[in-house]
Amino acid sequence: MSTISTDNWSQIEAEANAALTEPIVQYIHECRQSSEPASHLISVLHKVQAHFGFLGAKQLDAVAQLLQVPAAKVAGVASFYHYFRLQPRGKFIINICLGTACYVKGADRVAQKVMDELGITWGETTKDGVFTLEAARCLGTCGLAPVIMIGDVVHPTVTPDQVPVILEQYLERVRKQAGS
Amino acid sequence: MNKKLINVLIDGTAMSVPEGTTIMDAAEGLGIHIPRLCYHPDLSLAGSCRVCVVDVKGMGYYMPSCSVKVWEGMEIQTNSPEIRQARRDIVELLLDNHNWDCQTCERDGSCELQNLAYTMGVRRRHFEGERKQFPIETSSHSVVRDPERCILCGRCVRVCAEIQGVNNLSQHGRGFRTYVAPAHGANMDDSVCIQCGQCINVCPTAAFLEKRSTGDVWRALSDPQVHVVIQTAPSIRAAIGEGFGLEPGTPATGRMITALRRLGFDAVFDTNFGADLTIVEEAHEFLTRLEGGGPLPMITSCSPGWINFLEKFYPELIPHASTCKSPMSMLSTLAKTYYAQKTGLDPQKIFVVAVMPCVAKKFEARRPEHYMTPEIPYTDAVLTTRELIWMIKCYGISFAQLPDGEFDSPLGLSSGAADIFGTTGGVLEATLRAAAELVTGKPADRLDFTEVRAVEGLRETYVAIGDRAVHVGVANGLVNGKILLDKIKEGKEQFHVIEIMACPGGCVGGGGQPYPPAGVKVLDPELLRKRAGALYSIDKSKVLRKSYENPAIEEVYDQFLDGPGTEKAHELLHTHYHAREPRGIR
Repeated sequence: MSTISTDNWSQIEAEANAALTEPIVQYIHECRQSSEPASHLISVLHKVQAHFGFLGAKQLDAVAQLLQVPAAKVAGVASFYHYFRLQPRGKFIINICLGTACYVKGADRVAQKVMDELGITWGETTKDGVFTLEAARCLGTCGLAPVIMIGDVVHPTVTPDQVPVILEQYLERVRKQAGS
Repeated sequence: MNKKLINVLIDGTAMSVPEGTTIMDAAEGLGIHIPRLCYHPDLSLAGSCRVCVVDVKGMGYYMPSCSVKVWEGMEIQTNSPEIRQARRDIVELLLDNHNWDCQTCERDGSCELQNLAYTMGVRRRHFEGERKQFPIETSSHSVVRDPERCILCGRCVRVCAEIQGVNNLSQHGRGFRTYVAPAHGANMDDSVCIQCGQCINVCPTAAFLEKRSTGDVWRALSDPQVHVVIQTAPSIRAAIGEGFGLEPGTPATGRMITALRRLGFDAVFDTNFGADLTIVEEAHEFLTRLEGGGPLPMITSCSPGWINFLEKFYPELIPHASTCKSPMSMLSTLAKTYYAQKTGLDPQKIFVVAVMPCVAKKFEARRPEHYMTPEIPYTDAVLTTRELIWMIKCYGISFAQLPDGEFDSPLGLSSGAADIFGTTGGVLEATLRAAAELVTGKPADRLDFTEVRAVEGLRETYVAIGDRAVHVGVANGLVNGKILLDKIKEGKEQFHVIEIMACPGGCVGGGGQPYPPAGVKVLDPELLRKRAGALYSIDKSKVLRKSYENPAIEEVYDQFLDGPGTEKAHELLHTHYHAREPRGIR
């Protein structure tokens, strides 16, 4: 284990700790005890994403400092894996099934309608942070095609016309929560 | 320890090589040069480009010869129509995702990819598909990053980590969208980059380049109102000839001066003068520290890449860095003060150009500490050796045939001690020549301190000065620098003076030096030795070999600075450093 001895370490450490959570910081400390701390990078990133939902630059820099792995390397690893997300995700994840059955039943038209309504494309999140759009490759409910899932709710046999109505239900929920 | 010998058959010839030898190295022993691209002998193995593939009997697929080690009984075919076709296909695929603008590219003629494509026999491009699109990052004072030209060989990532210990670069993303950049795609100057420019040196294409200053210099030269002064660093004269087909290691001081005059510079000065001045100031500073003024060790401060490293990686050691400005900044300062006064020129009308082996000097010139007023920099433009070579070619000067010229006074005379600044250990050797006399009050009994010429990258030794044994350290390449810096921090050994140069071999291996001639690898130790050899030969050939004996230095102290180490000398010739963000991880 290499020693940490930056001139302003107490400040850097405080900032890093503030960017993460206590259990994650504790976990990184445990990793630092091992002979190859850098080899735990991916498992640390898993924990960070599990908590924050994504890997922000602030969190990545904090991991770099606490684990003493260069920031470029941490960011490089985080951006390589499809599983890791570098942008925050919306409150509701819209999964549009693009499996064969849904596709022949018009999932592409449904997807286009969602994109037009929300002004985002695959993998993106709306500016208000409510929706993230993702493609699914078969949700296993082909009898209900075309299917979309929002959060963990399944919406069966969706037509493009229904899209605004469905989205409105979720926006209404967000407004209610904000109001209460 | 004798390694076990392994018997292999390469292209039908039987040979024995030590265990652990790669196919590429074994083949080299038979005079077989396997084409390569991402491979560099001083860096770790990436095996990413696949250009060096060979056929190993029984494997069923082509293997990269740079990374596969030989085994007993291995039968290797390095050449066949199929292998040549495979290599050509690989290079073609690299080209398909690469710019189509060789004629206007900075690396035209020196590009390894271009050269390889020609050698492999790529005569037309087959696929006009989608190509990657990335913006060019030009915000840095020193280094321009152009990911569209990048072929992802990873040499820059490796040199930054393994030679410089900076770890600023990494590949980001995956597949078609992969690109090389600092963390979070940050700008070079906003990252832990130290602007050393070694990424430029090792890049086979033009994905990294220096920030061009030639436009500013042409403009100044064509303005009759402006008095354009140029200074050339010690290591330029040792390398510039390579740009014109001269044998590496050919000193070209005289021809370089004549070329600069023909380009139209009004005064041609020598950064060596600044180097002599640096030595006098630095020797004084060293003795003051040695007499109890501390802190020791004193670390040299000429290399701006090293200073950037200090400020971002080891800021707590800033008090150890000599406060002396670099030779370039000392000379620029004197050009706009002493020289302006002497000639009656308005400093605002003087344009100071510095030719440096270095891209970090471009950054140094823009530091606020090196400005006369908030609007007037002491150094107006910094050209790399490569940029000057191009300007001379562009102007139509037959460099090799030029007669010798001489530097102008008063900032052109220098001692041999200044010439060796351009190679590792040189600043320390020059300091020791001066300090020996200062301490003993007698002429030094020797001039050559060969024990500090750290060609291998790192050296620690004791040097006798008077009745004192001075503990010195020399490092080039910042991974080596780190070793000495950590020792200072540990405090177990008391060093007195340390020289650190950011680039391998010192300035002769700087990030702004000419790309090596075809067939010579970047950072080739033999090439660096030849350049250093040119400087040592100039030093040896001079009558003046000690900075103190330089009469032009005496004159500037008498007429302008009120003597070494005085308040005025301090105000004009010294600087300060400060910790900078982001802090690097050591």
